[in-house]
Amino acid sequence: MGRLSAAIRVLVAAAALLAVSAAPGRAEEGGVTLARPPLPASGQCLEPSETMRRNHMTYLLHQRDETVRGGIRGAKYSLRACIACHAQSVAASADPAKRSVLPFCAACHDYAAVTVDCFSCHTPTTVEPLPVALGSAP
Amino acid sequence: MTGRPDERVDIERRRLLTAAGRGGVALAAGVMLMLVPPPVSVVAAAATAGASNKVRWGLLIDTGKCADGCDVCVSACRTENGWGGSGNLETDPQWIRTVTVKNPNSGSQVSVPVMCQHCAEPPCVDVCPTGASFKRADGIVLVDKHACIGCRYCMMACPYKARSFVHEAVTDQKPYAPRGQGTVEGCTFCVHRLDAGGTPACVEACGASAGGAMMFGDLNDPDSAIAREVTRLVTTRIRADLGLDPGVHYRGI
Repeated sequence: MGRLSAAIRVLVAAAALLAVSAAPGRAEEGGVTLARPPLPASGQCLEPSETMRRNHMTYLLHQRDETVRGGIRGAKYSLRACIACHAQSVAASADPAKRSVLPFCAACHDYAAVTVDCFSCHTPTTVEPLPVALGSAP
Repeated sequence: MTGRPDERVDIERRRLLTAAGRGGVALAAGVMLMLVPPPVSVVAAAATAGASNKVRWGLLIDTGKCADGCDVCVSACRTENGWGGSGNLETDPQWIRTVTVKNPNSGSQVSVPVMCQHCAEPPCVDVCPTGASFKRADGIVLVDKHACIGCRYCMMACPYKARSFVHEAVTDQKPYAPRGQGTVEGCTFCVHRLDAGGTPACVEACGASAGGAMMFGDLNDPDSAIAREVTRLVTTRIRADLGLDPGVHYRGI
């Protein structure tokens, strides 16, 4: 019992140490500096960042089959939903409302040297305004 | 869905530590007050039920109402789905086209819109080596371009020449109609509209600004307008002798 509570104390102390040493929101993992894509203007993604960083491709792969083959629309994870929040203004565009998601994807995909194929068929741009339903995050 | 179990544990642990870093207040060594915000549920997903095999989408085209040289349906499809336009007729894709057929004996001729006939027994699905060419539960025959390798077997197998290969690089696709170089494509019955409760763009345009020659609906529903018309009138299907049971019916050919 005593050993267990000591172990917990050590763990909590380590957590406290970490709280002091790590600057809030710093995207570092195992001493490796991660690429930090700009946060969506709406503030909050569908899942926490670290989950999305690892699993976004799995979510998309699963749902794309449901949609293309099963005709199921409007489920949680869609490429259009990614684009709706993460697309950024295109400086050189003639249309001021036009936003593109490519800079957001490139922030990590260039860093990891992983080719993203989605946008050889899907359009990476949107002219829709940012979804307001997602805009109320802290 | 959320990756390997060990990965999930990994992420949970990281989240805990991050939360400790953000919301924890260290009072003394070994004592922490945790102020962890509850997880935020951002969007309540409202997914549709998807395609049902109780439905069989079909199209009835009355060619008697098709004016000579009218291509309202073709241009509506092109605008809706964003195909065509490079100007090279030999390689431009063609989801729907008008074919002029002439009776050599009487000399009478008629303009017939031809697109994917959405067969119940689609040969394009039979020959596809990757399973990209498939038939949805509601009878719509589609290409899953994620799996399409561009071999064009389906184009060879189709007796209606309904599919096209995308030769040129494509940009500025419609958000709901992704298209890409090196894949095969064809009429989708505007599946994005159907799933939202609408009708295909060609049918809508023909009704609004042409002869109203096209009728769309559920062939399986005996009360639908198209099912009643198909029961009441003699309709023709192109190459009915092949026994493919197409979903597109014609009158006047």
